[in-house]
Amino acid sequence: MPKFVLLWTDVALFAIILAVVFYAWRVRHSPTRRATWARVLHNTPAMCSALVLGMFIIVGVLDSIHFRPQLPPVADAPPGTPVAYAPFTESVLDVILEHTIPGAERTWSAPLAWRQFTKETELIEGVAIRGFPRLAYGGAHLAEPETDWLGDVLRRGGAGLAAGLGIALLAMAACTALLARQWSLGLRVAWHDIRAGVTKVPWRAMFITLAVLGVVIGAVAGLATGYHVLGTDRTGNDVLVQSLKSIRTALVIGSLTTIAMLPFALSFGLAAGYFKGWVDDLIQYLYTTLTSIPGILLIAAAVLMLQVYIDTHPDDYATAAERADLRLFMLCMILGVTGWAGLCRLLRAEALKLRELEYVQAARAFGVGHARIILRHLLPNVMHIVLITAVLEFSSLVLFEAVLSYLGVGVDPSMNSFGSMIDMARTEMSRDPMIWWSLLSAFVFMLALVLSANLFADAVRDAFDPRASHWSLRRRKHRTRSGGQA
Amino acid sequence: MTGYVIRRLIYGILILIGVNLFTFLLFFAVNTPDDMARLAIGGRRVSADAIEQWKVQQGYDKPLFVNAAADGLGKVTDTIFYERSVPLLRFDFGFSDAGRDISYEIGQRIGPSLALAIPTFLLGLLASVSFSLLLVYFRATWLDFWGVVLCVVLLSISALFYIIAGQFLFAKVLRLAPYSGYGQGLDVVRFLALPVLVALVAKLGPEARFYRTLFLEEAGKDYVRTARAKGLPERIVMFRHVLRNASLPILTSSVAVIPLLFMGSLIAESFFGIPGLGSYTIDAINAQDFSVVRAMVFLGSALYIVGLLLADISYTLADPRVRLE
Repeated sequence: MPKFVLLWTDVALFAIILAVVFYAWRVRHSPTRRATWARVLHNTPAMCSALVLGMFIIVGVLDSIHFRPQLPPVADAPPGTPVAYAPFTESVLDVILEHTIPGAERTWSAPLAWRQFTKETELIEGVAIRGFPRLAYGGAHLAEPETDWLGDVLRRGGAGLAAGLGIALLAMAACTALLARQWSLGLRVAWHDIRAGVTKVPWRAMFITLAVLGVVIGAVAGLATGYHVLGTDRTGNDVLVQSLKSIRTALVIGSLTTIAMLPFALSFGLAAGYFKGWVDDLIQYLYTTLTSIPGILLIAAAVLMLQVYIDTHPDDYATAAERADLRLFMLCMILGVTGWAGLCRLLRAEALKLRELEYVQAARAFGVGHARIILRHLLPNVMHIVLITAVLEFSSLVLFEAVLSYLGVGVDPSMNSFGSMIDMARTEMSRDPMIWWSLLSAFVFMLALVLSANLFADAVRDAFDPRASHWSLRRRKHRTRSGGQA
Repeated sequence: MTGYVIRRLIYGILILIGVNLFTFLLFFAVNTPDDMARLAIGGRRVSADAIEQWKVQQGYDKPLFVNAAADGLGKVTDTIFYERSVPLLRFDFGFSDAGRDISYEIGQRIGPSLALAIPTFLLGLLASVSFSLLLVYFRATWLDFWGVVLCVVLLSISALFYIIAGQFLFAKVLRLAPYSGYGQGLDVVRFLALPVLVALVAKLGPEARFYRTLFLEEAGKDYVRTARAKGLPERIVMFRHVLRNASLPILTSSVAVIPLLFMGSLIAESFFGIPGLGSYTIDAINAQDFSVVRAMVFLGSALYIVGLLLADISYTLADPRVRLE
């Protein structure tokens, strides 16, 4: 039995998922919320990107179940010795990938290659020959690579593709059956409706997306059984593995940071708007001070401090993964603590509006206390702002992480992230012949994640706030007019 | 108005003091001078004497906030906080940990930074506004639809990719521009063309989409309908009415960022090897030179406050209905 390890970000991620599930349950039981979310459900781009996001989240969750495998007992150990665990932490995703994807090579190799990318001198039958040596794992099963390669690639790719498509079709059939039951229609009629695209929820578009996803994932998975689909990097690590493991980092940064900024933004924003007067002045002063500091510099400074702390406190973590994770967690906290000003300003403005409304006045006239008014009457009515900000900020945070990692103040160097992939690939671009696959993989994965997050966020924003041009609080844009016309 | 500006300036100074205190706490209280000495000297086994010597050299051998040993005013002034913070308020940045005059460095590097930032800003504004106007002019057509799709895709791509792709395409494949570097005199144009172009494309997505919503909001108003009803051609409606009114928020938000142009761009400058303030800051971060980072934080905050003030003033100038009290 392996020893399960709960890292800080795992706890946070699972807590977020639980909160989302709880929220979904609440939505189901409230007609108004259901009506609002129905507008998201009826939005075609949003639902298709939700499917893609779902895939990313599955990968992220698989990568968040961490454990330390049990070491085999020593041969002549006396009975009753405590079980020893490996000094490293693995995730379920690691285990899956370990068993399916070829192992690490010595250095660069192109996508689907069976030979190394760089020349090396080999001793073959006592003669030194300079050439491209064969890879240890990628395409190692080929007896005559020159002739067999194409056929093998097509066969594996085709088989994977067919399997992926089959799974997607099965899922569609199951979905259709469930929908037919829910609509109390015959299976044929339900399928006809879906195919004609007359359903309110865009099932047809979602099915097409699902089929495309199935084909792509299936083909990649089929090829990955024998080759490095996206090549290997300088130290011979599979780029596909790196990309998959970077997903979790991106998800954690995108979601946890918003959670980290909520306590400050909510308490300060509502207090400033509700109490006005000196409280408002003080809080405005606080967040103007904070926004006036150039964002990247503030984060860089805080991360440098964190680095010093981590270096001087090696007792706080047992494995390298825990250290990297602690740093990721703290990075999210830093981003949250330095980034709450924008949301706080929005909440303050909303609270200023809400406090003059009749129901708040009535509550005050009944003698309800301040804390109770804020919690019962203001907080539920600003939650849509929080929700919109959370989904909108997600994609910009994922992009921001890349910049931070490039500057060297992002995640731990041992942790996979899109930023560090780009950073590594940058220098490889200038080599000749060029090494393009690391960069391209990071690009494709990031684009898929950020684009689908953006499309989904736009739909959520439109559903919760139909006239919304003021929702462009971007991290880098200084279009703040805080208290400008006080 | 004068009274308002003066009040805002005083508020600005208050904020600068806050920034100063905050960065000081961040740099010196969390990270003691001993830690900094260890970092600067390098290695873990640093003797206590070496640390003391480094601290005396850098002037970090005093207490942080209150010097109990000194008399009278010296209790406050003879401390690290006083010595490191008060000169900043006079824009006297002192020396970096590496021993160079920070003000001189800033003076040297502000030119290249502006040479990159100003064309980027102006051309970027022009490109984004004209692209969004184009979309609004052809609104509810396939051009508008695909234009918005293009914007969303553009804003989903990391800025780093634009730079890498630009360098690859224009410097490596087409050989039109040098990879990176900086020159003298007119030669500068050759080096700056690529960074400016890349920055334009990178900014186009988010800005054009934002401006488009502004224009559309304006185009839905009653006076626009009146203008159309009295038979004005769409061209005149667009340029004389919609553009003028929608440019108010664009103008004020742009004015607010003008002072920040002085800070340069962190990423573009370091990628393209432009010796501006942005790359200076990055070098300081990498070398963990806290004096420089603090100076740049201070400069950035001061410029930000100036930007807010300028935005307020430009608001009154552009829209006579707004009065600053």
